[in-house]
Amino acid sequence: MAAIEIHQLVVRRRGNTVLDHVDLAVPQGSVTGLLGPSGSGKTTLLRVLVGAQRRQSGTVTVLGRPAGHAALRQELGYTTQAASVYTDLTALENIRYHATLHGAGRAAALDALRRVDLAGYSDRLVRAMSGGQVSRVSLACALVGRPKLLLLDEPTVGLDPVLRRDLWALFRTEADQHGTTLVVSSHVLDEAGHCDRLLLLREGRLIADDTPAGLLRATGATDLDDAFLELVTNMEVPA
Amino acid sequence: MNPRLTLATAGRVLAQLRRDRRTIALVIVMPCVLLWLFKEVFAASHGVFQQLAPALLAVFPLTIMFLITSVAMVRERSSGTLERLLTTPLGKGDLMLGYGLAFGVLALVQGLAASGVALGLLGMATPASVPLLLLIAVANAVLGSALGLGVSALATSEFQAVQFMPAVILPQFLLCGLVTPTSSMAGWLDGVSRVIPLRYAVDGMSRLAHSPTVVSTVWWDLVVIAGCAVIALVVGSTTLRRTTA
Repeated sequence: MAAIEIHQLVVRRRGNTVLDHVDLAVPQGSVTGLLGPSGSGKTTLLRVLVGAQRRQSGTVTVLGRPAGHAALRQELGYTTQAASVYTDLTALENIRYHATLHGAGRAAALDALRRVDLAGYSDRLVRAMSGGQVSRVSLACALVGRPKLLLLDEPTVGLDPVLRRDLWALFRTEADQHGTTLVVSSHVLDEAGHCDRLLLLREGRLIADDTPAGLLRATGATDLDDAFLELVTNMEVPA
Repeated sequence: MNPRLTLATAGRVLAQLRRDRRTIALVIVMPCVLLWLFKEVFAASHGVFQQLAPALLAVFPLTIMFLITSVAMVRERSSGTLERLLTTPLGKGDLMLGYGLAFGVLALVQGLAASGVALGLLGMATPASVPLLLLIAVANAVLGSALGLGVSALATSEFQAVQFMPAVILPQFLLCGLVTPTSSMAGWLDGVSRVIPLRYAVDGMSRLAHSPTVVSTVWWDLVVIAGCAVIALVVGSTTLRRTTA
């Protein structure tokens, strides 16, 4: 069973078509990269999956239920693009609050803090933390409930290369050891290599849904940047 | 609704407040200072302070909690934390009630300080029941919080939220019977004042202060205020939308 299935999804906002007849499926236990330039509809797609976005048409099934179903709220972990945490609380206080919301306790909160490599920062106020640390606190809030599906909106943007590598390793662990399905959005194409599958969005249309290797084969390109350019060029030339 | 999640939310809001020492100081000290100033201004006519001080003990929590809650909730909406919370198992009612509880606690502390100063230092006449006086003050605080939560849906920034304070509170202040008795207003204004919760708070406080025993009207006043707070919380929770355009 696919973790996510979308058929003919259309989202319009203020007269603009943000997502245009999108069809896709995300396999369970995979790390899927949702890639595309800024403004291509990545955030809107993630908001559809958590049930926060009104949509015009199409069916969206998440973990076997329609997106936005109340039972899904227990099974989802979601981080928004701007770290949505309380800056006037400590790291641990933020994570413990989310732990309680998901029926977990202090031990789970400390574990989540350790998994994002902030074990020594439990009593640090979030407003006294660096941008990279704040986004990891936000990530820990999403991890703490042991969700079956993690939807992460640009979690690695603006972070240094070492931290980015560590986070991708964490995503891999979550998928391989806990069977978690992850959808990770990014506008940085060189992160694509970390993913099992890639979804490429451009101007609200899905232009590829493939593995990284499959994408290279299909386009005949030698790296993912070229493959992406190839796809965009093909899209603009009417067949 | 889940009591554990409601309490966790109240605890979280209180933890945030605890870090904000300046806000706590303002909320607790300011009403005491204003009461003292009020007494000094009317030093020549001592009866005015005795007449109006009890009612002010209801006006302060309503105004201050309205302001704090509307700003805090606009902050939740604009920072993305609200959108995130609404994707978790937290119920809308848990969120509203959690806020109401947290600010109710703050209001209790404020009420204790303000009535302590009024009774102990400023010579306000002892009311028929001090606990009931505090209860009315706390009910007004919860009402103020609930109104603030509702109004936060109409404001897109903290800047706008602050502008709603005179719009929501000042008409109530004018019509509640504090400035002039409701019986001396034009008939239609008296009618309007009957749907204004602050009227019942002022009425209840005055009756407590000026009769030797608790008259049953005071309990009805309290029921009306609490009822308005519940209605405002329910209406406020409808402004929390899990799905937006």
